[in-house]
Amino acid sequence: MKKVRKKKRNPAWIYIAPWIAGFLIFQLYPLAASLFYSFTDYSIVKPAVFTGLDNYIELFTQDTEFIASFASTFKYVLIAVPLKMVFALLVAMLLAKGIKGINVFRTMYYLPSIMGGSVGIAIVWKALFMGNGGILNSILAVFGIEGVNWLGSPEYAIYTLILLTVWQFGATMVIFLAALQQVPGELYEVARVEGANKIQTFFKVTLPSISSIIQFNLIMVIISTFQDFTGPSIVTNGGPLESTYFVALKLYTDAFSYQKMGYACALSWVLFAVIIAITAIIFKTSKYWVHYSDGGDSFV
Amino acid sequence: MYRKRNIILKYFFLTVLLLIMLYPIFWLVGASMKESGEIFGNPSILPDAFDLSGYKRALEGISGVSMAQFMGNSLVLTTINVLVTVASSCFIAYGFARFDFKGKKLFFILMIGTMMLPNAVLIIPRYMVFNQLHWLNSYLTFWAPSLLGVNSFNIYMMIQFYRGIPKELDEAAKLDGCGSFQILVRIILPLSKPAVMSIGVLQFLWTWNDYFNSLIYINKVSKYPVSIGLQLMLGYNSVTDWQKVLAAGFMSIIPCVIVYAALQKYLVQGTVTAGLKG
Repeated sequence: MKKVRKKKRNPAWIYIAPWIAGFLIFQLYPLAASLFYSFTDYSIVKPAVFTGLDNYIELFTQDTEFIASFASTFKYVLIAVPLKMVFALLVAMLLAKGIKGINVFRTMYYLPSIMGGSVGIAIVWKALFMGNGGILNSILAVFGIEGVNWLGSPEYAIYTLILLTVWQFGATMVIFLAALQQVPGELYEVARVEGANKIQTFFKVTLPSISSIIQFNLIMVIISTFQDFTGPSIVTNGGPLESTYFVALKLYTDAFSYQKMGYACALSWVLFAVIIAITAIIFKTSKYWVHYSDGGDSFV
Repeated sequence: MYRKRNIILKYFFLTVLLLIMLYPIFWLVGASMKESGEIFGNPSILPDAFDLSGYKRALEGISGVSMAQFMGNSLVLTTINVLVTVASSCFIAYGFARFDFKGKKLFFILMIGTMMLPNAVLIIPRYMVFNQLHWLNSYLTFWAPSLLGVNSFNIYMMIQFYRGIPKELDEAAKLDGCGSFQILVRIILPLSKPAVMSIGVLQFLWTWNDYFNSLIYINKVSKYPVSIGLQLMLGYNSVTDWQKVLAAGFMSIIPCVIVYAALQKYLVQGTVTAGLKG
């Protein structure tokens, strides 16, 4: 007689199987494919032709747009991210202690974050800063200040986009606020007893206590800011004179307007490499400025 | 005295900053009801004279597609995307939170790692995959990845929440003869409402506001979500019908505001959980 023994399967695999499939089909394969295509001349209508490093060489040596778009993207990230973090932390600190109506403030400050990435708000931004008829200029005129042509000048246009992203600091602020509320009161008590002033308390107590949250927010904000698309696409359309032609916009244009898919893949890998490098730097330097409360791997 | 003055200053600063920040939103509401000559001439929020003709033209839509259809498209795209995301996140997170299996640590790290994967790198090859599957112009380009838990942030949030639910409850149900799926559906999910609502709201806002993915994967006007409908209406500078565009713009953000007003508690909770435990 044959004994049918049912082997007991671990049910975990059933539950994580969809994720494994999704990871392979929509993440790992696209990642590998994009790396492969970055070494080819490829448009969706013609088969790919292997061209080695040609795309990368063209990017770095012949494509003037490439340098310009990375330069403007860096400028954008370098100004917008610190501003967003500072505003988020500042408002969170003001809300953290002794404020009545904290929920109302928190709710209202969050509002720009829930809609700021939409085309609807991008349109408002365009109206606010447009040429001579823009709203900001008519407000400035009330105070007797002559405005500039915000969207028409290569010098100023980028700041309208910076303002748009900084305006959405609410989500980051809410995380900071919750972190600040978890800092043990005794720490502040000790600082007070030892006679620390406000600035010392901020640098010796507040900042170290929330440094791992700062790190998390910093990384997430940097990654998303590097890829911003809606603002530069709708508000400035990359201009004027390509002063806001950010990498994501160039990527889209190269791939889908010019059908240079392989070339755009190479561009995306350069962007990826930059993001990885910056994230790695933040992690590597974290031992100098991040204090984990529970001994180490709190990020993962 | 000194303290009191400080607190007043604090309120003053917070209120002024808030009013400045909310101005663009209120301006949009007011300007959408202004006469066209007044839109750029008058920075005040309330119109001097009400003119709702922009709304009439906005409702007509563009390129033969009405505003109602754009909004309807977004609603279908977003609602199903939310449901699918919630279902897959609850299901997949259960595997990670309650079972041991070979390579769990590696899988977990991979999953967290994909949270940092820039969409910009994936979007072109994904376009190729969807092209081969003949999925372009269909909302499957959103729903299929969501069904397979590609936005791992949501899974991560569910895992964190499940970990807070006592395992003794599972054990008790097991003794009563419940299988693992029954435990998930009958014991764990009913306790997980806050986390489910959080990822639901976040996914709603994200999908509703999406522009980049829609622009690439959906190329048929009748299927455009409202974000791309707006972009069409905006047209080029010289010919923009601002009354119409602002009216449409305001209509497009109403669903976000409603969802936020109704569920902001969960959104704040969710954002905090993700950030603090992250």
